[in-house]
Amino acid sequence: MTATAALPATALAGLLLSMADDEFVIGFSDSEWTGIAPLLEEDVAMSSLAQDELGHAAALYGLLGELIDTDPDAIAYDREPAEYRHCRLLDHGRGDWAMTIARRFLYDSADVIRLEALASGSWTPLAELVGKLVREERYHRMHAGAWLDRLARGDGEPRDRLLAALAELGPDAATVFTPLEDEAVLLEAGIIDAPMAELEDRWRASIAPVLADLDLPMPPPARDPERGRLDHGADFAWLWGEFTSVRRADPGATW
Amino acid sequence: MSEGGIHVNVARTRAGAIVGERPAAPATVVDEAPVRAALGEVMDPELPMLSVVDLGIIHRVAIAPNGGPITVEILPTFVGCPALELIKASIAGRLGAFGRPVVVTATFEVPWSSDRISPAGRAALLEAGIAPPGPATTGDAPVLIDLEPRVPCPHCGSRRTTVENLFGPTQCRTIRYCADCRQPFESIKPV
Repeated sequence: MTATAALPATALAGLLLSMADDEFVIGFSDSEWTGIAPLLEEDVAMSSLAQDELGHAAALYGLLGELIDTDPDAIAYDREPAEYRHCRLLDHGRGDWAMTIARRFLYDSADVIRLEALASGSWTPLAELVGKLVREERYHRMHAGAWLDRLARGDGEPRDRLLAALAELGPDAATVFTPLEDEAVLLEAGIIDAPMAELEDRWRASIAPVLADLDLPMPPPARDPERGRLDHGADFAWLWGEFTSVRRADPGATW
Repeated sequence: MSEGGIHVNVARTRAGAIVGERPAAPATVVDEAPVRAALGEVMDPELPMLSVVDLGIIHRVAIAPNGGPITVEILPTFVGCPALELIKASIAGRLGAFGRPVVVTATFEVPWSSDRISPAGRAALLEAGIAPPGPATTGDAPVLIDLEPRVPCPHCGSRRTTVENLFGPTQCRTIRYCADCRQPFESIKPV
């Protein structure tokens, strides 16, 4: 994109909102383990992961806020549940530890493919931020990968619970790559390097050897793929009630 | 950068001093070296043995001529670092002593890396019982925390140490354990 070309603001806003909402929702989901994780080490780890993801969300909402001239906190907290654009993979309730590990593995492996597709993008503010995010997400993948391995090789209950979690989450895993409105505009502007459908192929190629090595099933194609970022259910409505409760208790309060 | 302007100001002030003139306000001269020295006195709130200079988060310092602002651009260590606003305020507070407006902004123009921590900063970490980070990259390839080449224990120097937790009390730290002196310790994540 040349300096004189107009920024495709609407398409860019859609991309930023989908990414920010993903990080925001998984960050809040992770924070539900604070104080009650199965191991003290995991209590620390999940809290730190949640802090990372909420920080990533804040940075992305910040870029979006500048783009559309809106307070980032208002974007994060003042929408109705139906207006959030996170992917359906993140709509499942916290569940047990295996659900959390399966969700983190599926999301983190997809998120890194998306970040890599944006890292050399033409819109500098996003490309620079992504350059930083990629470094932090490596540790998230390392954590999820180590636990996936541990549960998958733990015959009996750990493996059974992991298989049940993958069966529940699998059909929604590819919703991270739900086609964006105006995706062609982002491609043309050089903000993202491939369509979401191609990113999904890259993601499948990246996780296939890991899952095969552990004799775990590949996620099937997304059900209802066009609506992969819509129709959030009761579990998200509950989470929304939690993360907006302070904001709603005293609208306009400053901290 | 405004170095040309600064040097012109220095010359004028020196000349003025010779003839005993008081420089017209706001002709207070501010050089970059004392500003950087002052930044060396601003400590990180989460790693208080490290200055913001030793931590390697100072990206750019610019001093506008003719009494204009001192601008400092810093690189967040982690995107979600909760200490960022406190660090900005500490820098602005310390540089306020120069009698100029101070503007502190954060940028991701280059990603902060643990490789930016200075040798003095690494020594200070070790002294405080925190193992400094290994290299964050080899050539172009990123290095994750390597579980095998054991990080030496900052208390006793033993290499019989293990990673207890990739994550720690702050975003930039990992928790380890020494099998010889039987002490847990923290290390800085290579990033």
